Amino acid sequence: MIENLQKVFESRVRLGLMSILMVNDSVDFNTLKENLGVTDGNLASHLIALEKKEMITVTKEFVGRKPKTTYQATKIGKQLFKQHLAALEKLINGN
Amino acid sequence: MTDRDIKKESLDQLSQIHNMMEQSSRFISLSGLSGVIAGLTALAGSFFAFINIKQAATIDNPSMVCLNMHTINQDVILNLMAAGAVMLVVAISFGILLTFKKAKKKNQNIWSSTSKRLLINLFIPLATGGIFTLILIKHQLFGLVAPVTLLFYGLALLNASKYTLHDIRYLGIFEIVLGLISSYFIGYGLLFWAAGFGVLHIVYGAVMYFKYDRA
Repeated sequence: MIENLQKVFESRVRLGLMSILMVNDSVDFNTLKENLGVTDGNLASHLIALEKKEMITVTKEFVGRKPKTTYQATKIGKQLFKQHLAALEKLINGN
Repeated sequence: MTDRDIKKESLDQLSQIHNMMEQSSRFISLSGLSGVIAGLTALAGSFFAFINIKQAATIDNPSMVCLNMHTINQDVILNLMAAGAVMLVVAISFGILLTFKKAKKKNQNIWSSTSKRLLINLFIPLATGGIFTLILIKHQLFGLVAPVTLLFYGLALLNASKYTLHDIRYLGIFEIVLGLISSYFIGYGLLFWAAGFGVLHIVYGAVMYFKYDRA
């Protein structure tokens, strides 16, 4: 069961990011930043890492003239996150 | 790491996940005190309505609580509607003001995706009920006004409860029950209205205040 703990979610920021994207379909950068309380650069690097691992997708669109970037969890991302949660719960209740 | 450390770390992670899910999907800065103020406003408004109707009551219609609204003239209706509008403005203003203060304290943005979602889901049933009530008044079905406002308000709260403090769900259910009872006892609308919008708000607001705001 330890192998179900996903290495990709090891950092607190990534864990928080995935938690937010599990319960919200689509979230923009500023909302993520506000909820997590991290700097732009820090958040951006974690977002890129999660995108590379295909845990999240990035959508860019224009609202009027302003570009707006939103983030969504992928199917695989959600699945792995659920596994991660189950593994955590097992660690607590199991032994 | 020992077994204990692993357990503690896992618990930490889980609680962090839980907090993040709650915080990002629910608007939790609703002020309890604003509920109390809304309740007091509603009670004052009900009292004003009571006095107005009592003055308008004739010998044909001596009973004060068991109103036969058909005998009441246009002026009184307009007075009551104006009073309702004033109450609404007072209650909402205080609600926004106190919630704004609380959000500031909690470092939560008052105009965020969570608060927008809360408002949209609150106002769809609420506006439906409001329009329906105006139509009832137009058709002179005054006896149904109190039950309908209580019912739609309760349903609006129930719908909004998914996006804010979960406790608001119970307030919604109480309003619905009260609305249903009041639709059976037509004529006692003002009493039910004062109970639902006055007393229930005060009780709920006080409970919320002691549960969340004081800490």
